[in-house]
Amino acid sequence: MSSNNGTKPRIGVFKFASCDGCQLSLLDAEDELLGVAGAVEIAYFPEASRTMSKGPYDIGLVEGSITTHHDAERIQKVRRQCHVLVTIGACATAGGIQALRNSQDVDEFVRVVYATPQFISTLKLSTPIAEHVPVDFELRGCPINKNQLVELISATLAGRKPAVPTYSVCIECKRRGNVCLPVAEGVACLGPVTQAGCGAICPSFRRGCYGCYGPMETPNTQALTNQLRVLGQDDQQIARAFRAFNAWSWQFRKASEECERT
Amino acid sequence: MSDTGHKSRTIKVDCLARVEGEGALFIQLKGDKVTDVKLKIFEPPRLFEAFLRGRHFSEAPDITARICGICPVAYQMSAVHAMERALGVVIDPAVKLLRRLFYCGEWIESHALHVFLLHAPDFLGYPDAIQMARDHRELVETGLRLKKIGNRIVSLIGGREIHPVSACVGGFYKVPSEPELRALNEDLKWAVEASIKTARVVAGFDFPDFEQDYEFVSLCHPAEYPLNEGRLVSNKGLDIDVAEYEDHFVEQHAKHSNALQSMLRGRGSYLVGPLARYNLNFARLPEIAQQVARDCRLAVPCRNPFRSIVVRSVEMVFACTEALGIIQAYTQPASPRAPVAVHSGVGFAATEAPRGTLYHRYSIDDRGLIRFAKIVPPTSQNQKRIEEDLWHFVSQVASRPTDEVTWKCEQAVRNYDPCISCATHFLRLQIERE
Repeated sequence: MSSNNGTKPRIGVFKFASCDGCQLSLLDAEDELLGVAGAVEIAYFPEASRTMSKGPYDIGLVEGSITTHHDAERIQKVRRQCHVLVTIGACATAGGIQALRNSQDVDEFVRVVYATPQFISTLKLSTPIAEHVPVDFELRGCPINKNQLVELISATLAGRKPAVPTYSVCIECKRRGNVCLPVAEGVACLGPVTQAGCGAICPSFRRGCYGCYGPMETPNTQALTNQLRVLGQDDQQIARAFRAFNAWSWQFRKASEECERT
Repeated sequence: MSDTGHKSRTIKVDCLARVEGEGALFIQLKGDKVTDVKLKIFEPPRLFEAFLRGRHFSEAPDITARICGICPVAYQMSAVHAMERALGVVIDPAVKLLRRLFYCGEWIESHALHVFLLHAPDFLGYPDAIQMARDHRELVETGLRLKKIGNRIVSLIGGREIHPVSACVGGFYKVPSEPELRALNEDLKWAVEASIKTARVVAGFDFPDFEQDYEFVSLCHPAEYPLNEGRLVSNKGLDIDVAEYEDHFVEQHAKHSNALQSMLRGRGSYLVGPLARYNLNFARLPEIAQQVARDCRLAVPCRNPFRSIVVRSVEMVFACTEALGIIQAYTQPASPRAPVAVHSGVGFAATEAPRGTLYHRYSIDDRGLIRFAKIVPPTSQNQKRIEEDLWHFVSQVASRPTDEVTWKCEQAVRNYDPCISCATHFLRLQIERE
């Protein structure tokens, strides 16, 4: 180890309830990985290394949601060790797909999956990191976009705000020259209320956006609900569409609950 | 140093590294005799099978992909095949080939990740690939380029590497054009050569002398190395249609684990993954991959789990060769997907995820809503077998210093490329010595 290592910014990668996909995005940045590893000290990243150096860390990247008492305590310790704490992905920013338990009976859920439910300890809710500790930046997506992750790390190290847009997927569709699927073909699409960042992948593959980047800034979910009804979707279908990978974000939660009330 | 004798000792690894997800290993020794082994899975339960109920059948590939960021294609493929069986959907042969190419992409990406970034550092004595790159830069760069090519296939067909969006019940939302796929030609030609070189390099690693009498289980297909189709076969007499899976395999719930452990009824543990596939399907590998295995002196059957890194490399040769062949012969399907008529039904499917057989069963109602879901990932199936390997392996190395025993045990777990995120839908290492 060179003596410079002590002065390189230290990064820690922490996992809670998740699929590992967002932290894999760092390893999937194949062209940048060795460069990033040269510029920073990856001090704690169990998925990639046996070396697990103690904090403090300059940047903590947190993946996953809080679903157990143990994890609710662990995130407090992680926060204390990280100068800047960034959540990566829909689980850490909105509770993830596992937040589908939040509107249901979790004990019944455990009984469905496990033969001996008393061995399982889990909380009733799957909650985002920001419900437990202050978060400095939230990177959206299920999964995150690796280019946004590289931008986020570079920006944080340079002390500037990361260039991560908060407008809707519609802007990205226009930029790619996609034909608007709901308008032209009557396809149900969450693009108008969903934050950009993916590059409008779903519409480019001729399917409606399913909202995996979560709500954009000030989304008009009521207008979209009305339009989806016009396209022939029933309220159960609309509620299901809002209730997926970002179901526990308050905007999508409100939209799904309103569909159920009508 | 070594503190053997007749006292009991506990060796523990609190957080097992270079595996996907969270687990620990706990091993108790009395002198050099193993008295307990527990692979603990503390990855929190995410309860997929429960919240899939009430969702539309068409959502199963997108939702189950989220069980695992490393092998989402496997989840999508098992889900679509199960639903298509439930609904009697007939798939265009050109779409079948495209699905095979899609799966090859995931195999290349996942195997390259494990061979170069997760497993090779054990053999070369580094804590991770980034440290390893300081002395073996070319090796790591080759691995990253192979991984990138696998990811390129997945994103070209699926829209992105992780949680791709194009696969659906009936086929794909959109299929690539012929020129789009042929653009991968030169990269894949390089990848075939690079994976052959990789197999030769890793075959030269130092392997512990360790063999077990495994029951290997994998899909077998008369005409092809298994990915999406085939019967479930073992080297000890199992030969069943996937529909009979639950008559032969049972899941048990151990107190120390948030993952269910799968067993063969009346027989116990078994092994799925590259070793099983290779041993049961050697004859279906393309000649180029068979020749590489022979050049590497890789026996058939191979019963040494540490040599799985060589088998994974041979499977990369297969996947790159297969992908190249599909791309060169590709004709864009007339329609991206077959029509699906909704009715109630039960469907099951097993496909070969990079880590082994992945089983799904669903029942759906007449509105197409899921009434029941059961998912058995490869790591749940291998979990019992990993513990049994450790029972036998630890006694071979127990007289060595604790640090070395710990590292060797971690390596023995990593032989399986365990995906803990999958198995809880699964791991920490703890070895007790006193």
